[in-house]
This record gives sequence, structure tokens and C-alpha cells, in this order.
Amino acid sequence: MTDLPTDLTRATASALADALAAGTVSSVEVTQAHLDRIAAVDGQVHSYLHVDTEGAIAQAREVDERRRAGESLGALAGVPIAVKDVMTTKGVPTTCGSKMLEGWIPPYDATVVTKLREAGLPILGKTNMDEFAMGSSTEHSAYGPSRNPWDLERIPGGSGGGSSSVLASFQAPLATGTDTGGSIRQPAAVTATVGTKPTYGGVSRYGLVALASSLDQAGPCGRTVLDTALLHAVMGGHDPMDSTSIDAPVPPVVEAARAADVKGMRIGVVKELGGEGYQPGVRARFDESVALLQELGAEVVEVSCPNFEYALAAYYLILPSEASSNLAKFDAMRYGLRVLPEGVDDPSAEQVMAATRDAGFGPEVKRRIILGTYALSSGYYDAYYGSAQKVRALIAQDFDNAYGRVDVLVSPTAPTTAFKLGDKLEDPMAMYLNDIATIPANLAGVPGMSIPSGLADEDGLPAGIQILAPATKDERLYSVGAALEAALVDRWGGPILDRAPALGDAAAVKGA
Amino acid sequence: MTHRLARMSSLSRDDVAHLAGLARIELSDAELDRMVGELGVILESVAKVQQAPTDGVAPMSHPMPLTNVTRPDVVRPTLGAEAALAGAPEAEQQRFSVPRILDED
Repeated sequence: MTDLPTDLTRATASALADALAAGTVSSVEVTQAHLDRIAAVDGQVHSYLHVDTEGAIAQAREVDERRRAGESLGALAGVPIAVKDVMTTKGVPTTCGSKMLEGWIPPYDATVVTKLREAGLPILGKTNMDEFAMGSSTEHSAYGPSRNPWDLERIPGGSGGGSSSVLASFQAPLATGTDTGGSIRQPAAVTATVGTKPTYGGVSRYGLVALASSLDQAGPCGRTVLDTALLHAVMGGHDPMDSTSIDAPVPPVVEAARAADVKGMRIGVVKELGGEGYQPGVRARFDESVALLQELGAEVVEVSCPNFEYALAAYYLILPSEASSNLAKFDAMRYGLRVLPEGVDDPSAEQVMAATRDAGFGPEVKRRIILGTYALSSGYYDAYYGSAQKVRALIAQDFDNAYGRVDVLVSPTAPTTAFKLGDKLEDPMAMYLNDIATIPANLAGVPGMSIPSGLADEDGLPAGIQILAPATKDERLYSVGAALEAALVDRWGGPILDRAPALGDAAAVKGA
Repeated sequence: MTHRLARMSSLSRDDVAHLAGLARIELSDAELDRMVGELGVILESVAKVQQAPTDGVAPMSHPMPLTNVTRPDVVRPTLGAEAALAGAPEAEQQRFSVPRILDED
């Protein structure tokens, strides 16, 4: 039996689950501890867009009662969680970080949310994100950015920066994310947390506000590899409400995380991800991690994926194209914002729609919708969207070739540590480059994970290592992640987040 | 629509205004000015896909092979009218109330 820390918010989800099962702590106590923590620090971090105090306590009380009644409960029953605001929650506001959906109360739950409720995880609230998940910093949230607990003047990554900062500031032991080009993995990397993008189709997309349907994948976020695996097992699985959902059991991720074994595994270092443009401290921590994996008994080789060079370009054609179509539903007619054009008597539906979309969408969303409209327009379709789809096939082929030689691939997750808020806001291409190492996995549909690799020497900020596996072999991420995590934590002498500055101290709030 | 878009990577202000119209986004003059420059830079960068060795490569639209999915033809619960209309900007007589949909001329 693991002893729980006095401060329940510092415990891992797995330790909380054990203590809850043993009856040494109640879900109401654990949930209340996190609500208190939110009240104390979220004014500085701004991870949450909405905190559902009453709903969370009610769910916690219900789990406690079911446990007292002797019901058999899921592994994470009673452990509270934060939900990214892209997932619909019945009766709880869902904005997707946009003014377009300000105040919208969905009439139904996303399948992921239904699964969380059925598994007995009290939902603490909804986490901040770049508007409609378009961004790498949360600076495109219509409700203001979240901040990185390692340095409140820096970005927590995006789009899932609310979820990553929640974990790094101990405002929840678990969180959900969605990853279209890196929105789970890059935020994990810059906050020293863990995040997995499962195989495409591994987690249901039903009830998620779609960005790019052929790339979007929901997944788990945690502070340890085992916690992330436990949540993966709850979120994943077949859903008849999503036609792209994989009709097979969730891969054995928890077993793999517990075994934490890489002996005899063949690991490929992707030659194209990690050279020029990658910060020296990020590369140094990555090289050390690779050496550690070798010490742990893995065989490491270099693998070339020559077409990854074109991945970013293909992604920024495919994503805007799909997004321009998906976001057409925000038409001011059935739900969401409606704004009437100024100075027009008796405006038409079309005029109302155009005025609403101008007022309701932020600059990045407008940019991508217009870019997508262009890429799909007749006469340009073949040159842009068509070419991008062929590049996509080439990237999938690169992965196939690589997985013929190795079991998993590794690279740094993001090229740099967290940058300062405002640094890249005026330069869309510079912002897009944050996802250069994570995008190939979304294009091919393969699973990926980021775990902390350490702190960069030059700035003392977290760096991440990305692990990629073949489609449906998600468990391999957890074998490698858990083995490396154990070796690194041993070397650090404790979890890396113990080194993050304490929050709640007014002196630490520089200009926050 | 008879508007002709300019050659790739060199969108004009008129082009962007036209595209914004197609996308049903009313952009202000200041937004248009800004967008022309930004889209130019992005388009120049994404045009790199045209340099990839794509001869003879079949386009890929989706990461997994897609098959049509059906379900048994049985009645199941759906949203009631009240729930479905709860988020509507305007509703009337259990229906979405919308602005006029036809132009006057």
C-alpha cells in the first residue's frame, strides 16, 4: 500500500485509486482537496474555463456511496479529472475556447465523458484551449491564455495547455486531451507531464467538436506513465456512435506500463526529427534518454523517414481544408452566437452568418478557414489539397518502412522548451513549427506519447521525448515510456515536477 | 461566382475578400490587410508539397481503411425538441427561428 502524501493533490492517480479502494480516503475528500487547490492557484495559472464544484462533489459523493454499498467499481473510481473544453458535457458549459460557443450548454455528453462518468471519475471542470484547438500555446483561446506552472510568463503548450497546466500545477491528477497535430504531446513536453495520442480510432470522437476529422484523436494526460495508461483504458474502446472507431479491445496499455520492459526492443531514432532547429538542451536530454534506453536493454538504430520533411506543409493544407468544412456548422442558426450586421435593415441569413462568424471567430480560426477554402477551391485543389494527400501517403509509407525494421520510433517531442507568451503570436509560421515532430503521427494515424526527458541546461525548462508505435500497438508506448520514466526518476531522485516552483506565493506571480 | 483567383502563392486583397465571402466571414478592411500578408507567407511555405516525389502515388484521405457502418434499424432515444432547441439563438413554435433566407431582388 502506497502512503498518500499529506497534500492529496500531490498524489498520483494510481496511488489515489489504491487508497480509495482500500477506504483510507474518500472521493469527496480527494475531490475537495483539488477544488481547494483550484481556488488557491488557478487565478495565476488560468487552466480552467469552468469549474463545476457542485457537479464534482455530487459525483464524488455518489462514488463513495456506491463503494460503501459494496459495488464493484472501476480502477479509477473516485479519482477526479479535468476535461478539455472540446468535449461536450451535458449541463456543463462547453466553449471550445471560442466566443462562438460562449455560454453553450450541450444537451448531451461526448462518449469519452460518458465513459468517465460510468467509471466514476468526478469531473472538476473544463480546461482552456486554443480556439477550436487551433494553436500551440493557448494564446488563441478567446478567454485568455493559460500559463506554464514552470514559469508563469511562458506558454503551457497548445492546444491542450489547460490540461497540461492543470496537471503541472496539481489542480487535477488526470486530464483529457485531443491531438490533431500535437495538442496532447507538445503541451505535455513543455510542462514535464505525460500525454498520449492513441492510434486514430482508438478513442471515440463522438461529442468532440471536430477540427480535422481525419486527424483528430482524443487521449489521456497524466503526471506518470501508469496514470496515463489507467486513463487510456477508461477512455478507449469501440463506440458505435463513431464510424471511425476501431472495433477491437483497448490495447493492453496498463499491463505494459506496469511491466515497464524494453529488453530486446528495437528502437529507431528518426534522423529527420532532431537536427537543425532543435534547441541544444532539448537535444541533450533526448540523447541521454536514448542512451538510457540502450542501458535498459533496448537496441537503438537510426532510421530515416525522408518524407517527414513535407509533413508540416501537407498538414497545413489538410487541416485547414477539413476545418473549413467542419466549422461551416457555426452558422448562427441552431446554436451558438448570433450577431446581426450593423446598419442593415432586415438582414438575410447569409448576412447574419457572415457577421456572426466575423464576431465569433478569432484571427487564427479565420486564417485557417480561409486557407482551407482556398486549398479546396476549383483550379487549386490538385496543386494543394491533392498534393498534400499524396504526401500523406508517402509519410504513411515512411512509417511502414521504419516499422519493418524497428518496434518503436523516438524523437524530441517539440523543438524547443516553452517560449514566452506573445513571442510567436504575430508569426503564424513560427507557431506552426512547434508541431513539426508531432504532426507525422497524425497524418499516418499512428499512436504517440510524450514523457519528460529532463530540464534544458540553458533555461531550466522541461523538455520531452516522443515515442511512436505502429497503429494499434499503443501498448509499446507504455512499455518504453514506463521503463524510461523509472530510469529517469531514479536519476533525478524523484519526480521532475517536484522541481517546479511553488505556486500560491505572491512573489512568484510576476505580472500574472 | 466568376471571380478568378490569382496564381498560387500570390493572393491579392480581392482574392482574400472573395474567399472570405465564400467562407461566410465578413472581414473588416484592417483584417483583410493583415490576412493578405499572412496567407501569402503560409501559402509560400505549404507549396512545398509540390516538391515532394509524388509521381504515381495514390492520395490518402484517411489513416484507416474506411468501411460503411450501419446499425440495427431499431428506435432509440433522441434529443427532445426542448433539448435540441435549448441552444438556439431564437426559437418559435418548437422550431429554429432564422432570418429571411431569400434576397429581396
